[in-house]
Amino acid sequence: MCVGVPMQVISIDGDFAMTEIDGVKREASLMMLDQEIKVGDFVIVHAGFAISKLDEEDAKATLELMREVYSPELMG
Amino acid sequence: MNYSDSFRDKELVQGLARRIAGMTKGLSKPLVFMEVCGTHTMAIYQFGLRSLLPPEVKLISGPGCPVCVTPNSYLDRAIALCRLPDVIITSFGDMLRVPGSSSSLMEERAKGADIRVVYSPLDAVQLAAKNPAKRVVFLGVGFETTAPTVAGSILAAKAQGVSNYFVLASHKTMPQPMAILSADPDLQVDGYICPAHVSAIIGADAYRFLCEEYKVPCVVTGFEPTDVLQGVELLVRQALAGESKVEIQYSRVVRWEGNAKAQAMLADVFTPFDAPWRGIGVLPGSGLRIADKYAGFDAELAIPVQVEELKEHKGCLCGEILKGKVSPFDCPLFGGKCTPESPVGACMVSSEGTCAAAFKYGR
Ligand code: SF4
Ligand code: SF4
Repeated sequence: MCVGVPMQVISIDGDFAMTEIDGVKREASLMMLDQEIKVGDFVIVHAGFAISKLDEEDAKATLELMREVYSPELMG
Repeated sequence: MNYSDSFRDKELVQGLARRIAGMTKGLSKPLVFMEVCGTHTMAIYQFGLRSLLPPEVKLISGPGCPVCVTPNSYLDRAIALCRLPDVIITSFGDMLRVPGSSSSLMEERAKGADIRVVYSPLDAVQLAAKNPAKRVVFLGVGFETTAPTVAGSILAAKAQGVSNYFVLASHKTMPQPMAILSADPDLQVDGYICPAHVSAIIGADAYRFLCEEYKVPCVVTGFEPTDVLQGVELLVRQALAGESKVEIQYSRVVRWEGNAKAQAMLADVFTPFDAPWRGIGVLPGSGLRIADKYAGFDAELAIPVQVEELKEHKGCLCGEILKGKVSPFDCPLFGGKCTPESPVGACMVSSEGTCAAAFKYGR
């Protein structure tokens, strides 16, 4: 039920943003967001509301770290 | 998002699994970790994560899906409401097929009740604005991820002067059942895979008391296979070191303090109450009902109805399943009398339900 989907902000109009993922567009209320966002940012959208910003840099860093630590070569 | 594929990278997943196996090899007693989020349950089945893990690590499912833990009494009230001629029921789709004491919303819709599936509670407010002669009731169930969206709909209705919008609210909050399960002597949980998007709202700090009072490790984990496995690795590491603290694996979304604005909306619109959980019973302070100042939007107060007498379903083990005590395969009705097409219990209805996930993806 509360599966939040990561979507990219493509435009902002007052309290609402238009968001998109894989060609699917969805309007999301920004009423619940307590972080600044701008066009191009990723947000988690749940039931018509952006509930949280998704930190793309952090996602990339997490992945890189995982790759370093868990790569098959390193683990033998 | 292009990197969601990367979080499913096969080599990475296998590397993680191998590392967990190395760390736990030869443990005399398996480590038992519970996920309390239906989306985690789904991911674990969908990606076959159990089969990747060594026998020394066991994953069990807890009370993770808000549809599953909603009791018959709530559905019976919703069904009574939908039988009123001027009422339109709006809901997320999963609720429609959950059996109440003697009917379901789906059956009522087939008989002519006006029941509509909406994507957002805001859609229900719009529907009310367009149908002033009707009373539009939204079925407000869900955990801390969903509750603020419903709070937002009530605030929007108020701001727009929409007075024919109502919410039948029975939201649940997560940390309390985790505390109850931690205190249960029959259940040995060595760590929690904490819900991802619930935690985006309440913040990872909300689990600190569990670590302190019950000495149980908690890791907030994302939904991708690498997320879940990395979360498991962090739990294993804590368990082996005899530690119990909160860690955030899902740091790309979840912060320690959570979402202050959403928390403020919850505090404004709702009041905690002693909520009934299917199979678990009434847990003190574990639910959110509409606060007195928004009583005009409360369907339970504003639209009185006669609700039928409560009947529980014979033989269904949902209660035990939601407490992590039995697996769906232990239920004699599983796959026979009870399937996703004709569910006996709630755990088989929602796609996030443990029985439904087990049915779809098998062991
Ligand atoms: S996100 Fe919420 S509803 Fe969805 S599975 Fe997790 S706790 Fe359950
Ligand atoms: S298989 Fe069906 S009857 Fe058995 S516990 Fe699951 S939902 Fe209930």
